[in-house]
Amino acid sequence: MPAVTETREAVEKLGQSTYKWGFETDIQMDLAPKGLNEDIVRLISARKNEPEWLLEWRLTAFRKWQSMKEPTWAKVSYPPIDYQDAHYYAAPRKKEGPKSLDEVDPELLKTYEKLGIPLHEQALLAGVELPEGETARPPVAVDAVFDSVSVVTTFRKTLEEAGVIFCPISEAVQEHPELVRKYLGSVVPVADNFYAALNSAVFTDGSFVYVPKGVRCPMELSTYFRINARNTGQFERTLIVVEDGASVSYLEGCTAPMRDENQLHAAVVELVAMEDASIKYSTVQNWYPGDSEGRGGIYNFVTKRGACRGARSKISWTQVETGSAITWKYPSCILQGDGSVGEFYSVAVTNNCQQADTGTKMIHIGRNTRSTIIAKTISAGRSDSTYRGLVRVQPKASGARNFTQCDSLLIGDECGAHTVPYIESRNMAARIEHEATTSKISEDQLFYCRQRGLSEEDAVGLIVNGFCRDVLKELPMEFAVEAQKLLQISLEGSVG
Amino acid sequence: MSQFLEISGLCARIDADGQEKQILRGVDLTIPPGEVHAIMGPNGCGKSTLSYVLAGREDYEVTAGSVTFKGQDLLAMEPEERAAAGLFLAFQSPIELPGVNNANFLRTAVNAVRRARGLEELDAVAFLKMAREAAKSLSMAPDMLKRNVNVGFSGGEKKRNEVLQMTLLQPSFAILDETDSGLDVDALRIVAEGVNRLRSPDFSALVITHHQKLLDYLVPDRIHVMAKGRIILSGGPELAKKIDQEGYTKFLAEAA
Amino acid sequence: MNAISKDMSGPLSSFAQRLNDVEGAERQAAIGALLRTGLPDRHVEAWKYTSLRPLSAQEFQAPPAQYDAAQAKSLLDNLLSQHDAVQTLPRIVFVNGRFVKDLSLLPEGMDVSFFSQKSLTVDVQASPDRDPLVALNTALVEDGAILHVAKGVDAGRMLLISLGVAGDTAISFHPRHSVVLEEGARLCLLSLSAGVGPYFHNPVTEVTVGESAKLYHTTLQTEGMQAIALATTYVQVAGHGVYNSFALGLGSLLSRHEVHARLNAPHAQLHVNGAQNLANHQVGDITSVITHAASDCISRQTVRNVLDGHARGVFQGKVLVEQVAQKTDGYQMNQALLLSENAEIDAKPELEIYADDVRCSHGATVGALDDDQLFYMRSRGVPEAQARHILIAAFLDEALSLIEDETAQEYCRAMLAIHFSAERKAA
Repeated sequence: MPAVTETREAVEKLGQSTYKWGFETDIQMDLAPKGLNEDIVRLISARKNEPEWLLEWRLTAFRKWQSMKEPTWAKVSYPPIDYQDAHYYAAPRKKEGPKSLDEVDPELLKTYEKLGIPLHEQALLAGVELPEGETARPPVAVDAVFDSVSVVTTFRKTLEEAGVIFCPISEAVQEHPELVRKYLGSVVPVADNFYAALNSAVFTDGSFVYVPKGVRCPMELSTYFRINARNTGQFERTLIVVEDGASVSYLEGCTAPMRDENQLHAAVVELVAMEDASIKYSTVQNWYPGDSEGRGGIYNFVTKRGACRGARSKISWTQVETGSAITWKYPSCILQGDGSVGEFYSVAVTNNCQQADTGTKMIHIGRNTRSTIIAKTISAGRSDSTYRGLVRVQPKASGARNFTQCDSLLIGDECGAHTVPYIESRNMAARIEHEATTSKISEDQLFYCRQRGLSEEDAVGLIVNGFCRDVLKELPMEFAVEAQKLLQISLEGSVG
Repeated sequence: MSQFLEISGLCARIDADGQEKQILRGVDLTIPPGEVHAIMGPNGCGKSTLSYVLAGREDYEVTAGSVTFKGQDLLAMEPEERAAAGLFLAFQSPIELPGVNNANFLRTAVNAVRRARGLEELDAVAFLKMAREAAKSLSMAPDMLKRNVNVGFSGGEKKRNEVLQMTLLQPSFAILDETDSGLDVDALRIVAEGVNRLRSPDFSALVITHHQKLLDYLVPDRIHVMAKGRIILSGGPELAKKIDQEGYTKFLAEAA
Repeated sequence: MNAISKDMSGPLSSFAQRLNDVEGAERQAAIGALLRTGLPDRHVEAWKYTSLRPLSAQEFQAPPAQYDAAQAKSLLDNLLSQHDAVQTLPRIVFVNGRFVKDLSLLPEGMDVSFFSQKSLTVDVQASPDRDPLVALNTALVEDGAILHVAKGVDAGRMLLISLGVAGDTAISFHPRHSVVLEEGARLCLLSLSAGVGPYFHNPVTEVTVGESAKLYHTTLQTEGMQAIALATTYVQVAGHGVYNSFALGLGSLLSRHEVHARLNAPHAQLHVNGAQNLANHQVGDITSVITHAASDCISRQTVRNVLDGHARGVFQGKVLVEQVAQKTDGYQMNQALLLSENAEIDAKPELEIYADDVRCSHGATVGALDDDQLFYMRSRGVPEAQARHILIAAFLDEALSLIEDETAQEYCRAMLAIHFSAERKAA
């Protein structure tokens, strides 16, 4: 079986490569034929047993998409993508949707185990052995998305008791159609941009979260995305709605096998925060970045946007972007409610031939709205990294405040680091402050660390972690540790 | 005009990030002409708020009470009208005015006040002569007049600059809001001497301070202790020494 | 040749008739470039915040041979009478884009010639292919000053003046100026512009600063309030050379001051500072692209905007550091003061960096007058209106203090004071 050989080879390669998540899972797949047309959209909708309105919504998006052009303003370059040369539906084959972990294909469970994603509630609740000095962390509920579908969601009972809905969006369509219909596309309209339109037409799964009035979600929620199948794109859709006075912290992680060809990931994430609600959304993005020559890797073209609809609501985005061949991503906040708060904390690391064009948009509409942007960009190898951010203050946003700090660090003289802020103010009683710096790791710092016995790579790792501290401290504990390790791994081979 | 400055039942609050905070809760205070009074009290008791409300800062909303200054309703006046009427506030943290030349600013202020008081405006030469003399008496470096207002000044320089402005504007009532903070002993003495030079039957002052030290140089006629937005105790100069030795806690407990 | 005008759409059609009559290979090539791209609309990133639609509103004729001479004289007197030091300075005066000898006072110590006397040769810096406004200028240029300061010569201080005098018919003029300083040469150049009536001033200036040469270039734009002024300057600086510039924008309905500056050899220095004070429905755009193409160069940029009424300010500033440009030191700051509910600022400070051993930073702030400062001044007895004026003036004055040439600095201060008093009278 060639697939097995491939898996073995892939695993063997791990020894030489720094990408430790590049293995492939051999599993029976249900694949739609290659190509994208109305029939495929209908097929996806039929497979998901979707109501008529959602099929119509998809078809509207598809028709709009056909008339749209790929955006070209980002500072990234890649050969033209043949959107007809991919499968738009790939699901692990199964008879019925799994009711419990016992029914999930053991191969899948093994995959997540290997990735370090805990899916066994029992094991978690029993308490796994903890390193010395660490106290037991509260459990994290996980939705595991494998290629196009969600394979399992943990801790649903505990969450249900608190009134929190956390399930695959395909299931929410069946179980809570009124909620999905009300909010889907309400933050990112179907024709918002080329990739969002594509996602709206062909999205297959993703997570749905609903936190009712006054409820603080009792545990961190997390979705783990895994691209496995060859020649597929991943188009997940996440929708999080948090009602008055409620709050949630949500984490997302992602990996993919190492392949020579590029794969497309075009997700849409929509957040809605009502009065006094708060959403914290953390991402550690570690899609396969391609090899050192720039072969393969994920094209990560993602639309993430949150609407602070209610007064004093708050949406906070934190992202650590280390993976993907190309990243095109601008998690944004629409600050509509008076006194609402938007935050964007970002670390973007590019190495080898990676390209990243990422940042945020803060749209101040309501009075006394506040936003903070802290973006740290690290470029190494022959990579190119751009911070692109918009701060817009609308005429009614009196008392609006923004503070932006963008810092870039260059490692080596073949990479590029760019900062492109857009600042637009239409209100005299608003205050906007923007600062940006670009520098390299100082020789003095390096020498000092090395004189104290650190290797050059460890010294760089240490300094880079310090450079990113303001962002990393925003991450939930378990993610912060993972992120720090990732930073170091991503930069391996970039010095010396 | 029975009294020079009369504050009665003064209540004020501030809107901080959407939340209203009551700071002054019924201040009663009378200062006769020619007297120097001191207000002492723990952090957050409302001392600085009182000085801002008297000077007319718009962030504070007066919710009750009245202030009469030389028979006029002080609270109905704009900040610049209060200045022209003779009220001067020496700021705790003097504001920096980048690009605004200190001498030009002083002359603009002095002439605005003179105009309002029906006096002839000073020309540049006459003003500069006066300003230089005043600066010299405060041991200020001559180039401080040429620099931008408070920009790049040390803490001590800023405080001296406040006293310089006070000297030139010739107020009849000065509020010194922690003018002693951040000053070394020499600077403290120079500043106190500057204030003492203004003392006359027509000049009153309200000195806000944490410490006894300034009051050694600027012997006040009365001392008031403020806590939780009210004056809880008043007495003679001996009160300051007692507070310095025994701390506020005892007084606050007694007052409660 | 009518085929050409058929292909012209948008603002370009306002020049269709004249472009039809253009002759010469170089000009024809420029028209070719124009036809390919048209004049930029807001989908072009570099013109995202400034629309050229006002150009479409009317057709712009070539300036007639006759103009109102009294009007021109009075404009010139206005410019010269405000400061003693400029009255006697050498000056080259253009009216409606054409050199007028009677109004000028030609400088000594340098070579002065005019585009009208030469066959047009387009410099490599300003390329019609890259910039449609340069293409339009190339197609329609009639005249312009060519200044040449020889090796080691200090040419002192001089004025380059453009006066726009339009009657009822809208006119446009497209002068092309060239300033070359050879090794070790020095010049203080004041470029002044003023005018009345509906006109479009589209100057292109090319500057070459030789090794260790120094050019202090102050631009004061007081064009008429019906005018559209879109000025493009290309600068290249050789090793140890200095181009120190300041642009003060006060006039025009729509203006753009665009500078492309390139540091070509190590230890070159560049200052591209500016300020604008706009009110009513004025739109003012300050755009620059600073390219560090060699190591150890310094660039500095501070731009301040004061916006009142319905005015809109635009700042776009890109600093590009090429891979060879190690040890680059770049600093950029853009600040805006919004004085009215309807004023607006759009800013895009941009860093594009390909060298690792650099120190580059930029900052931007937008806000209203500071309440603490206003209160402080009022508590000293300064009436509110006066306190506001002092703070606004101080905000601009700090920028003006960056003008290296003291005479130019004093002159700009005087002109700004006059502008303010006229503004206050109008209010």
